[in-house]
Amino acid sequence: MVAIPSRHKSLFLLVGVVVLQVLFLAIQIRRDSQGRLIRVWTVGAVTPFERAGASGVGGIRGAWNHYFALQNAARDNERLTRENAELKLQLNELQNKAEEADRLAKLLDFKQTHKTVPMLAARVIAASADSATQTLYLDRGEHDGIRRNMGVITPDGVVGKISETYPNTSQVLLLTDRDSGVGAMLVESHIQSPVGGVGEPLLAMKYVANDDTVAIGQHVVTSGMDRIFPRDLPVGTVAQIKDGNPFKQIRLKPAANLESLEDVIVLLTLQPLDLTKSESKEAKESGSPIAEAKKEPQSSAKTAKP
Amino acid sequence: MNDTYELRMGEAHIEVHKFRGGAIVMATIVALFLQTAIPVHFPKFAILDLPLLLTIYFGLSRRNPSTGLLLGMTIGLLQDSLSGPTVPIGLYGIAKTIIGYLASSIGARLDTEHPVARFALTVIFFGVHQGIVILTRRLLLAQPEPWFTTHLAIGAAVNAVVGVFLFMLLDRLRKN
Repeated sequence: MVAIPSRHKSLFLLVGVVVLQVLFLAIQIRRDSQGRLIRVWTVGAVTPFERAGASGVGGIRGAWNHYFALQNAARDNERLTRENAELKLQLNELQNKAEEADRLAKLLDFKQTHKTVPMLAARVIAASADSATQTLYLDRGEHDGIRRNMGVITPDGVVGKISETYPNTSQVLLLTDRDSGVGAMLVESHIQSPVGGVGEPLLAMKYVANDDTVAIGQHVVTSGMDRIFPRDLPVGTVAQIKDGNPFKQIRLKPAANLESLEDVIVLLTLQPLDLTKSESKEAKESGSPIAEAKKEPQSSAKTAKP
Repeated sequence: MNDTYELRMGEAHIEVHKFRGGAIVMATIVALFLQTAIPVHFPKFAILDLPLLLTIYFGLSRRNPSTGLLLGMTIGLLQDSLSGPTVPIGLYGIAKTIIGYLASSIGARLDTEHPVARFALTVIFFGVHQGIVILTRRLLLAQPEPWFTTHLAIGAAVNAVVGVFLFMLLDRLRKN
């Protein structure tokens, strides 16, 4: 047996550890579709902190904004400032509550107008640990009926799909992630094309031929062709158009505000859905984005030339 | 033999720092928690790589390559576990293992206590880390990643500035 000089031991250890991880990486690439136990353990250990933190961060931020930031008020009107601060505190608290109530009312309204569609409201509790992927963690998991590949939306539009599930938590792959995609079509022209992320705030509409007419501001909705999202959910609006070879380079502004999501809706089914059937007259009259999208005729849909 | 002797003589003046019990574990948990919790409210925070900053700091302080690379591996694998589905377990593990090794090897040879040295080392290690991640993505995962973007350059500068102050904070966890 050849003895390893002590000064090289760490170098051998480095090579060994890196090779092991590379092998491990290779194994995962082949078995990418299966869930990984280390993810389950780590997420299980960390999410209780995330869950507590999600409400704690809001509290700390509120305390900072509403109390400490007011410390520099002039001393001669301390009493008035204190009263003012207290009033501001109450006002901000009420405003926050009102905003939250509006948000929840919107979710509830959406849920009530689609009673036949099984859906579940969930709260965002954490984001991805790296900046290269666009994912979020929700406070609902397998115990609540959530499964991989279920669609995630807000009343404003498509958010993404469930990429991993854990007993009490689930991971959402946002539409802006470069590995994400949704079957979509332009409302005005009914041109169909997948829409996906490019790792930036704007989305990309990939296969629209240069001959097709597209204008900035046009609305894009789901086509239902991916069998994850029902037809006619808002995806985004056209923000940039450039001629490419052979397809146009179209960028969309997402309909849902993906950069500050707090509550979302998980579509609790893996079967194709039709929101048109479940939507009540009230929703159509309310002028919601979904209702607006459905006012357009849908019979003459055509597919973009690939 | 002479080389080893001189190296040991040369290393003798460099102090190896030890930390209070549980400090490294707690710092790692807090860093991972902040890395995943804060971007929900402030998306721009995602430009910071707190697990990388911890790997660099503890590598530079402990000055033992074996400890540094094992700590880097652990932090990297935990970060992999909390990342998106397109990040296979081991992507950041490999990068941070190498950074942990390099940081502790450099820490054993140079005085890395000065803020300017820490700033420069963090910029370099950030670049090396991103280089390893991109190389792994290109070679093993067949994911076309650009080698350089303005976002990466800004990320290096931001992480280095935050690193200087974070390292001062972490210095308080050392045993006197």
